[in-house]
Amino acid sequence: MFGWEFPPHNSGGLGTACFGLTRALARDGATITFVLPKKVKAGADWLRMCFADLPEVIGRGIAANLYPYITSESYARERKGLPFVYGLNLIEEVRRYGALAGEIAALESFDIIHAHDWLSFPAGIAAKRVSGKPLVVHVHATEFDRTGGNGVNEEVYGIEHAGMSAADAVVAVSQWTKNMIVRHYGIAPQKVTVIHNGIEASDYRPLPNRLVALKQAGEKIVLFVGRITLQKGPDYFVRAAKRVLELEPKVYFIIAGSGDMEGQTLREAAALGIADRVIFTGFLRGPELDALYQSADLYVLPSVSEPFGITPLESLVNGTPVIISYQSGVAEVLRHALKVDFWDTEELANQIITVLRHPPLHRTLKQYGHEEVQKVTWTAAAQKCLGLYHSLLASV
Amino acid sequence: MPAVCFYFQVHQPYRVKRYRVFDVGHDHEYFNDESDTDLNNGRIIRKVASKCYQPANALLLELLERHPEFKVSFSLSGVLLEQLKQYSPETLDSFRRLVDTGQVAILGETYHHSLAFFYSLPEFEQQVALHRAAVKKIFGVTPRVFRNTELAYNNNLGLWADKHGYEAVLAEGWDRILGWRSPNFVYRPKGAKRARLLLKNYKLSDDVAFRFSEKSWSEWPLTAPKFSHWVSAVNGTGDIVNLFMDYETFGEHQWEDTGIFNFLRHLPQEVLKNPDNSFITVEEAARNYPIRDEVNVPEVVTWADTERDLSAWTGNDLQTSALRAVYDLESPVAAANDSGLLTAWRRLTTSDHFYYMCTKWFADGDVHAYFNPYRSPYEAFIAFINATTDLRLRLGVDNPTFLASQPTSILVE
Repeated sequence: MFGWEFPPHNSGGLGTACFGLTRALARDGATITFVLPKKVKAGADWLRMCFADLPEVIGRGIAANLYPYITSESYARERKGLPFVYGLNLIEEVRRYGALAGEIAALESFDIIHAHDWLSFPAGIAAKRVSGKPLVVHVHATEFDRTGGNGVNEEVYGIEHAGMSAADAVVAVSQWTKNMIVRHYGIAPQKVTVIHNGIEASDYRPLPNRLVALKQAGEKIVLFVGRITLQKGPDYFVRAAKRVLELEPKVYFIIAGSGDMEGQTLREAAALGIADRVIFTGFLRGPELDALYQSADLYVLPSVSEPFGITPLESLVNGTPVIISYQSGVAEVLRHALKVDFWDTEELANQIITVLRHPPLHRTLKQYGHEEVQKVTWTAAAQKCLGLYHSLLASV
Repeated sequence: MPAVCFYFQVHQPYRVKRYRVFDVGHDHEYFNDESDTDLNNGRIIRKVASKCYQPANALLLELLERHPEFKVSFSLSGVLLEQLKQYSPETLDSFRRLVDTGQVAILGETYHHSLAFFYSLPEFEQQVALHRAAVKKIFGVTPRVFRNTELAYNNNLGLWADKHGYEAVLAEGWDRILGWRSPNFVYRPKGAKRARLLLKNYKLSDDVAFRFSEKSWSEWPLTAPKFSHWVSAVNGTGDIVNLFMDYETFGEHQWEDTGIFNFLRHLPQEVLKNPDNSFITVEEAARNYPIRDEVNVPEVVTWADTERDLSAWTGNDLQTSALRAVYDLESPVAAANDSGLLTAWRRLTTSDHFYYMCTKWFADGDVHAYFNPYRSPYEAFIAFINATTDLRLRLGVDNPTFLASQPTSILVE
């Protein structure tokens, strides 16, 4: 299995998904060699980690601490000092990873190749070429989600397209994503299997509430978790916050994450006169993030185009109800969630205020959402995935 | 000698539009959606009138004229009659022509199709009186038989109907209340002096209303001769066969292309082929048959879902709090003495609003999804509670904003 990141060295849902899926696959009897482009202190006892830059593999490594979600050119400008530019370093590293993957494939023995997202597609293709084994490419996001369809990077698109074309089967994390793959990449629908992501509820524990003082002062907390980037709709979140505060001034809006639109979002909050009500925490993970979910009254995912969206599952597991956009894959698996079109900030604000004002609505969403999310498991995803593997092996 | 007693429920609520929190204090019209969605009440009335009411009424009129022995009964909610008058007066006329045949009985119910009996007896009685007046005015008849919203029945309702001079009251012929007894006889509500209890034969009723077009059903396709054969089989083991169903079964729940109109067209002649069979109205059912037993119904029984209780309307926190929010306004509305406020409030008591908030997805989910004009029970609650909040404001009732909540964890240590 080829990946790009793995917890705790992950910057988003891709690493989380690889972690959850491999654990459930291993529980069901799969033996997994998980390849990452460079040596990091990541590992798990249910799989064998393999790093493409180890000397015994090839002798030359992959250089950078590369961030897999870069889309806009402005990222480089916003984050001074990080010397990479999309289109040069990242894509070059993806291609080098691909070249090294061929060497790894020659050394390892395996039945199936499974590559996660475009970053590892060249690696998957190379491994297939060397070994002749069936290739599954797993699409967690497409270039169309990352860019909102504007300024699609041709090279990234090319790599995605090559991966999906070369693959024996494509896994999409939602029907939403499958539709993208069929529409924008011209892949036959019968080649694409939808396998929704999941969550393992037993990974979560109640934590001390971090915001007791605010709560006791009658303040409500509405949370945004995710990269502060076009795809996630932070601008819609801030605009809805403005409308909420017009009616209910005792609400704090917390944005947990970092990203290329951080400065822009901060400036927008200031321009709307609500800078004192919008709190930026920076990127959080693990117990820190879980404590924040548990302290919040409501979680909002206003994504413009979200292939899946694991964070609403995390929120529900932590007992906090969610509002999610119809433009998200997670909307396909959650019924006990409020849903909104991402552009309809008026409706988003309406839903936020009504949930905050009416405890029965909050309670019902919280209770049923928490029950429902227990059934959205990685075990179910792994079983679907194994079924796909078996069908590929049977047709070889 | 089974007599077939048809009763058709005809009702459409005033659905609340997507009323947002920002509309509170500004927009006092809750029911005037103009969109292309199923929240547009005029649009729904016109649609259902053309798919169901008009073709079904035309067919029934033809059948009533051709077979003088053919009889049916209707219960038409006041809010439906009002909306027909506004959006489809020709449909209202066609109902009038049916009643004018003298072969059609009209049942009494609450004007606003509410569950007020269980929340406020004075309000319930006023809504029944309003309905009685509307029926008298439109059809020139007075209901002699009563049915409560959603067929919600218990001993108290039976006693109420008895006390108020109704000849009979309707209920679901649910096994739990009947035990070994058959629904195909006339019974007495517990403790009643004169009133009868007529019980729905849910098996035969649902064969038509729910299973008619279900291709996986072993009896599909259901034909008029086959159904008449089932009716005739009751001969010797029952007096009446109570077929109670939504009128929208014809053309709306079961589309025309399922053959439902054709089924109805041939049913009277097929049933009447057996000289032992006949048709009766609910009033004739109450008058012409002996009482076989008294039926005790301490808990509320309805015709809904697999539970046959009120849980489709009162089963979750959203529903109970919405009901409380509405009935809390009863005294302020009465004190305001303003007919506009009273009408708006009464329209909010209609049971459908609470049905749309039902979260019992899994067993009965399909039925609930089919009948829900909102995208989720949560959206239904949001529109309803915000409209109710506006009404509170207009009534000068304090509007609580949110209170400090205690952080509680749902996770297990």
